Amino acid sequence: MSSVPPLPRWADVGLLPIINLVIALLVSGLVVLAVGENPLRAIDIMLQGAFLYEGSLGYTLYYTTNFIFTGLAVSVAFHALLFNIGGEGQAYIGGLGAGLVCLALDAVLPGLVLIPLAIVAAAAFGAGWALAPAWLQAYRGSHVVITTIMFNFIAAGVMVSLLAGPLIKPGQSSPTSRRFSENAQIPDMQEILGAVGIEIARSPLNLSFVLAIAACVFVWLLIWHTRFGYAVRTLGHSPQAAAYAGIRIPRTIIAAMAVSGGLAGLMAVNEVLGVQHRLLLNFTAGYGFTGIAVSLMGRNHPIGIVLASLLFGALYQGGSELDLEFQTITRDMLLVIQGLIILFSGALAYMLNPPLARLIASLAHRPREAPA
Amino acid sequence: MKSAFRLLAAAAVSLAAATVQAADFKPAVVYDMGGKFDKSFNEGVYNGVKRFTEETGIEVTEFEVTNEAQRQRAMERLIQRGATVLLGVGFGQADAITAVAEANPDVQFGIIDVFWLDQPNLRQYSFKEHEGSYLVGVAAAMKSESGTVGFVGGMDVPLIRKFACGYVQGVKSVSADIQVLQNMTGTTPSAWNDPVKGGELAQSQIDRGADVVYHAAGGTGIGVIQTTADAGKLAIGVDANQNYLAPGKVLTSMVKRVDVAAYQHFADAHKGMFSAGVVQLGLAEGGVDWAVDEYNRDLVSGEIEAAVAAAKEAIISGAITVHNYEEDQSCPF
Repeated sequence: MSSVPPLPRWADVGLLPIINLVIALLVSGLVVLAVGENPLRAIDIMLQGAFLYEGSLGYTLYYTTNFIFTGLAVSVAFHALLFNIGGEGQAYIGGLGAGLVCLALDAVLPGLVLIPLAIVAAAAFGAGWALAPAWLQAYRGSHVVITTIMFNFIAAGVMVSLLAGPLIKPGQSSPTSRRFSENAQIPDMQEILGAVGIEIARSPLNLSFVLAIAACVFVWLLIWHTRFGYAVRTLGHSPQAAAYAGIRIPRTIIAAMAVSGGLAGLMAVNEVLGVQHRLLLNFTAGYGFTGIAVSLMGRNHPIGIVLASLLFGALYQGGSELDLEFQTITRDMLLVIQGLIILFSGALAYMLNPPLARLIASLAHRPREAPA
Repeated sequence: MKSAFRLLAAAAVSLAAATVQAADFKPAVVYDMGGKFDKSFNEGVYNGVKRFTEETGIEVTEFEVTNEAQRQRAMERLIQRGATVLLGVGFGQADAITAVAEANPDVQFGIIDVFWLDQPNLRQYSFKEHEGSYLVGVAAAMKSESGTVGFVGGMDVPLIRKFACGYVQGVKSVSADIQVLQNMTGTTPSAWNDPVKGGELAQSQIDRGADVVYHAAGGTGIGVIQTTADAGKLAIGVDANQNYLAPGKVLTSMVKRVDVAAYQHFADAHKGMFSAGVVQLGLAEGGVDWAVDEYNRDLVSGEIEAAVAAAKEAIISGAITVHNYEEDQSCPF
């Protein structure tokens, strides 16, 4: 009697995340109420700030782009049951790869050659940064959670010593490189749409968004429509079965981590080539970590990840408008709200699973004469 | 310190005399990643902002950034909402403020810790932290009995190496034999707000013989001060006067009057006296100094006070030149 009936798939991927989100928003509303503001007005400002204000949709989609890359990165590793916590460092080093290519070649190569080269470098550097933890996991059993976290700090150290040293722009003391020349900059959306006669407000949204969507299609094909993807998922479901089936586990671990690191590295394409147009410290700003929540919430599927990324993008952008609108709501409050959403949608994602499953089961087993 | 107060007094008098300016005077400030209650750099700015609000009754709109892209967006949104005077805090805002200042020539901008930009509507405040650090270096060296003193920096960036370099020069001016232990807390912005690690670094320096530890680490420094106080050694505070944090255990503080800069920026704009250019705030201008008050009075002997005063005179007169790390990105000491 006490066994929990399985939750139907539509409820698992559709209903449960929405219920979790609503609970998180309700609790956040209490927090807003506690500092003496009207939660309904806060939600209103947040939605308008995320989608309706001038240029705000562009900002939301720009954040979304970052989260898609880091969310995909986490999901690919997760399909092989690997927890890649190193998206932050892999994106950081990916930015270094893209930045080095641009700094070295932006005077000689045209954009059509340079930008693809820089994108490949970002992915390659990101993948390379994931390789050492992957190798240690595959052949030495060092847990990838620990090693990837450690590699985040190493990446931060590498970037500081480079940007405060050989790469710093002379004549000033902010640790950033010089700006790339025009041909190394990925065009903004307002430039592209402006060229075909559509005027939109300035925002950091750029063509990297298209790359992010392409990456989603790539991950979907890779995980569900290739032999490699099959091997990855088999490994994720049962390492013993994978070994029995003749899948070479160490090699699959390394390949999955490399793809994961490469995707994280691509996040730097948006930041370094698309927005900042130079190398600087801390451009990753925690997007790598948020990618974990995005991936969990998106159920490790590209479509889910796009939706979750959009949610987090709207939270980031709408949240900063909240900060502007209410002097009582500070960025620390926003962190609380974001934390609650991550808590309810990520960590406690399945808290409501049993009661919801029982409810649906009891509704489904109702006699026919009671129409639903 | 004196000249800072003179400047303040003058500002207060002229404020009282001036009639209220045009109604569309709307000041705004964008804080840096550390947040406005870091008990240090950003909080100094906050104190200046608060003083301006108290004296004039004019609210200053505030924003605290959490990521790079937010800087420019926040400035643009503040201006869209009617801000006419905007202050950016920290060198991280430099590029954003350049872009926004270019697009909004009618808005009066200010930025702290930057000296290398060139905009007709931008005032830059740059502090000579190396001069103030030299003074506390002299005090540390004279107070030290073990012949070893320490330095704990926040995030490893050129600005903090500038503090360290001035400090070392001050220590070595007392005696070339005194050893200076140096540690940076980290390489990510969390290094500004990690009191536990700050405490550990201070402890390790104490274990290696340091008996005076100077911190330039924002919120991390709270841990440095606490640990040195618990170990019965002495700390040196930074940015704000932190002598009160552990009375009798903080030798002195290297005060950096960011509050003066923030106050001055808004007060000048309010009086219609805004001007672009670089404002250098060193010992001579009262922008940096060392702090002696009732909390550390007993720690500072007459001998130390005389030596520091002499060093201060010499720096102001130009007899001593303190090396500025930011000029050549290296420290000769």
